[in-house]
Amino acid sequence: MVIRVKIQREDFDLQAETRSLAGISSAVGGVNTFIGVVRDINDNDNVSSLFLEHYPGMTEKQIKVIVAEACDRWDVIAATVIHRIGELHPGDQIVYVGVASSHRGDAFDACEYIIDYLKTRATFWKKEKTTDGERWLETRQSDFDAAQLWNDK
Amino acid sequence: MISVKVVLFASLRESLGESVFSLDLVDGCRVCGLVDTLAKSRGQNWRDLLSAEKVLSAVNHTMVDAQQLLENGDEVAFFPPVTGG
Repeated sequence: MVIRVKIQREDFDLQAETRSLAGISSAVGGVNTFIGVVRDINDNDNVSSLFLEHYPGMTEKQIKVIVAEACDRWDVIAATVIHRIGELHPGDQIVYVGVASSHRGDAFDACEYIIDYLKTRATFWKKEKTTDGERWLETRQSDFDAAQLWNDK
Repeated sequence: MISVKVVLFASLRESLGESVFSLDLVDGCRVCGLVDTLAKSRGQNWRDLLSAEKVLSAVNHTMVDAQQLLENGDEVAFFPPVTGG
């Protein structure tokens, strides 16, 4: 099992990351990916930029724990999580979650599990600049609900 | 006497105007005692913000509750609910 976690300012190459997962072993039968992108409108306000900060050391550790949980639960051959920090703009990629597995069901479920828990457990914080000024975002109830659903499955 | 490193993130860092500092505490101090110490030395707003219902705390990168016992050299972090992804 190969787990890669990167937190970086620079953009990532979607195709290169996904290709790398697909080619990691001849047992890989499918790769499922999730890409998070900065929206231009949030809560009805125009977003001009987003600032992302994290807790160096803790965030990486938390993501590795979440990925390890997904690997325990499903048949995962390799997983990559990349999360960007710093200033981002609408249309920019924020997060990449890629999971390679022998069969698609495991890849889909493990990928969704990782992003659901990353959103509610990993120490990142977003500050938005909108036409009305700056504001720190709050966790959405729908994100807690999505993560909670995995406990019930 | 023990010494810990306190780190604050996001809105808490901005509201309190500090990001990292060291703090001396009595032996056997817990996270809630650390908050009491800060409220006494720096003002009641520290307690209001650090004890707010949604605020989370971690010691040495592991999430803890207010009863967590602190040891010399610990890194104690306070932060609001996370909003990554």
